[in-house]
Amino acid sequence: MIEIKNIIKDFNNVRVLHGIDGKFLPGQPNLIIGSSGTGKTVLLKCMVGLLAPDEGDVVYDQRNFHKSKKDEIREIRREIGMLFQGGALFDSKNVEQNVSFPLDLLTDTPRDEKLDRVNFVLKRVGLENVNKKMPSEISGGMKKRVGIARAIVNNSRYLYCDEPNSGLDPLTAIVIDHLIEEITEEFNITTIVVTHDMNSVMEIGEYVLFMHQGRKLWEGSKNEILTADVKELQDFVYSNKLLKAVRNEKHV
Amino acid sequence: MQIIGRYFLFLHSLIIKRESFNTYVRLIIDECIKVGINSIFIVAIVSTFIGAVTAVQTAYNIVSPLIPNYVVSLVVRDMTLLELAPTITAIVFAGKVGSNISGELGTMRISEQIDALEVMGINSSSFLVLPKIIACLLMYPLLVILAGFLALIGGYLAATLTGAMTPDEFIYGIRADFIEYNVTFALIKSVVFAFLISSISAFTGYFTIGGALEVGRASTKAVTSSCIAILSADYLLAQLLL
Ligand SMILES: Nc1ncnc2c1ncn2[C@@H]1O[C@H](COP(=O)(O)OP(=O)(O)O)[C@@H](O)[C@H]1O
Ligand SMILES: [Mg+2]
Repeated sequence: MIEIKNIIKDFNNVRVLHGIDGKFLPGQPNLIIGSSGTGKTVLLKCMVGLLAPDEGDVVYDQRNFHKSKKDEIREIRREIGMLFQGGALFDSKNVEQNVSFPLDLLTDTPRDEKLDRVNFVLKRVGLENVNKKMPSEISGGMKKRVGIARAIVNNSRYLYCDEPNSGLDPLTAIVIDHLIEEITEEFNITTIVVTHDMNSVMEIGEYVLFMHQGRKLWEGSKNEILTADVKELQDFVYSNKLLKAVRNEKHV
Repeated sequence: MQIIGRYFLFLHSLIIKRESFNTYVRLIIDECIKVGINSIFIVAIVSTFIGAVTAVQTAYNIVSPLIPNYVVSLVVRDMTLLELAPTITAIVFAGKVGSNISGELGTMRISEQIDALEVMGINSSSFLVLPKIIACLLMYPLLVILAGFLALIGGYLAATLTGAMTPDEFIYGIRADFIEYNVTFALIKSVVFAFLISSISAFTGYFTIGGALEVGRASTKAVTSSCIAILSADYLLAQLLL
């Protein structure tokens, strides 16, 4: 479980995050949604420690991340996996080397075991026989899969995904969303997905935190989101033409 | 001024090392190979021609019958050893290896590969940059030695093939009034230059913000800043050590 309490972040005296609270449970996808520029990525970076929040706490299963000692922070970081927007695969390494990288650097796993583990996670994300391909030789969807494989290879307990389906066609996007959902449930990971895609929300939004201009305006599940009475959220939800059409249909 | 402060903070972040020694050894060897392969060809060509040109021009300028012929190769030797081999090679090295380092780190930054390392709990600056700097410190003096050697060969070929002097005269000139300290000085210079080029290029690349355009800009800046630093250091070292 990850808890955030009153996260505040300024850039050059401009407040980007105005005190955000939230509680993210393991075994289900937790979504942070909001339109572009509302501070979702900044919040995520504060949570994984790429940025230091000006105020507030990030608590990983009773361990206060930003108030821990260096060694403890390192310990927590090793339990965190992150899928970046573009995959962030290392260009100079092939798929297998990319996935095995956290094991190479952070563990003493023997070579055979590492290879087994790498092949296991690659198979789990639906990739086989691409071990020796370079990142430049595989498609966007495959890069995301490799990114997920790398994020979970070291038995991560926490998984962050920043816009996992940006740059993907709608079909592949849904496949990736479901892959994240399945893996989360299967390995009981605490997963946080940042997105502005309503399709993802309707597919996997067990818990949804809606942000607007650096503030949390709403939280709930996908079943409640269509009827929530927060104006900004309604604007966001029904900016999706399809959902708007469905709503108008119902009204008639 | 602020930039210089950030540069020193950056250097400090490199030495708080965290990964195992073995990891670094492997990375350093990889980088050495990259640095060497990247620059050896251009360094060889440039230094050979510079030696040749120096020889021809010196021979052309010394017309007085009072000055013996062997002075030409003596001049070639001192010029290349003191200045041309370490400094001109440094400029070439900055253009080739410096821009490469900056471009590579810049690309890793904008494609979030550096963030990915940080999230894993790896000190990205020392993991990525330290091996590059050490590789340059190891390889660059070797390149300078090679450059000095090839410059003399270039001078020899130019001087003897044009008939400006005989092979014996050239060899005699090379050995006349030889000051060993000049070699030490050249090597000191090369270590300093290697450090400046690699660390400045890494610095500009590592802190790239933006997209592909900015990566290109960072590479260019890496080369210009390195060149300025090289020439200033060149002057300072000459003042201090000669
Ligand atoms: N490093 C930074 N320095 C200054 N401002 C930043 C920085 N990173 C993000 N911001 C600002 O914070 C705001 C939120 O950005 P971001 O979190 O990337 O939005 P999104 O919700 O689209 O992910 C934006 O206005 C952006 O300009
Ligand atoms: Mg974002």
